[in-house]
Amino acid sequence: MTRFLWPLIAFMILVMFLLVGLNLNPRKIPSPLIGKSAPHFQLQQLQELEKTFSSKDNLGKVWLLNVWASWCVSCREEHPLLIQLSKSKMVPIYGLNYKDKRDLALQWLNQFGDPYTASIMDSDGRIGIEYGVYGVPETYVIDKTGIIRYKQIGPITLDALEKTILPLVKELQG
Amino acid sequence: MNFLLLESLQSNFWQTVVSLKNSFHKKQFIMLLALIFMLPISWAKEATPVAEDPEIEKRMIALSEELRCLVCQNESLAGSRADFANDLRREIREQLKANKSDKEIISFLVARYGDFVLYRPPIKPTTMLLWFGPFILLATGTCVLIIYLKRRRKSFEEVSLSEKQLQQADILLKKNTDGDQI
Repeated sequence: MTRFLWPLIAFMILVMFLLVGLNLNPRKIPSPLIGKSAPHFQLQQLQELEKTFSSKDNLGKVWLLNVWASWCVSCREEHPLLIQLSKSKMVPIYGLNYKDKRDLALQWLNQFGDPYTASIMDSDGRIGIEYGVYGVPETYVIDKTGIIRYKQIGPITLDALEKTILPLVKELQG
Repeated sequence: MNFLLLESLQSNFWQTVVSLKNSFHKKQFIMLLALIFMLPISWAKEATPVAEDPEIEKRMIALSEELRCLVCQNESLAGSRADFANDLRREIREQLKANKSDKEIISFLVARYGDFVLYRPPIKPTTMLLWFGPFILLATGTCVLIIYLKRRRKSFEEVSLSEKQLQQADILLKKNTDGDQI
């Protein structure tokens, strides 16, 4: 009896490891930037070219930085949620228009709606590298002192919004 | 275009085969074969140099071979054709031009993308299992094997033979060696 018990236990342990491994998402790589201050940038705004926006303009506010592009298909998936969120006025959303063409980006906002307080242009993706962007869309929650508190990789889901992002935003605002 | 060319070559080829049967155009046939085999050579082109400075390019490639492309995770930054990898290669190239050391560039990327960009992650508490897990498994496996083999040896009973049986065995063995000698 014990002859088969140990191999069976060993096998079960192996299966457990494999099961856990299969359920992990390899795309979700923990960002080393969480808990660190958001990399500084000062970029031209998408709509009003004469204006710039700097990451320091939002000190004292909790805000979201959403990385988007007109070529990004999953961005459309999260877009209705962002529109809702911006209507609720709970937290300002800033868009980082990542590696995009200006006319296409403007057209995209016209077509799907503009949830952003302002969008800034990162046409060559340099600020994206500073923020460790590797899969658009990505969303950063940045606190009053300019520290990144959370990073959503991939589209924001209703679940992530209600269970993680909004509670965190409220906590940081309070 | 090329396809059409091939097709016409092919039809030429068959015509030649047919004509070969009628009259033996050996020279033509060999020429045609040679042409067919030369086709790929004519398509090949000299690789165009990617950057002005081959030294920096060499260092960039050596560095990016050690780095993982986060978009296509099983490829290195050097081998990936993803747009993302292109951007990072550009970044590395620029930093090399700015006289940054390999170490500085790697820590720049690790600060932004985490240890995951490294194919050889550093040894620290969170990566202990990754580095030493296989050896622990190997050691455990060896121990289990040794214990198992020892136990198995004990389970064999010593077989005692009688005088008669030994003689019989001797005879059988002798027979065998005799047989071999013949």
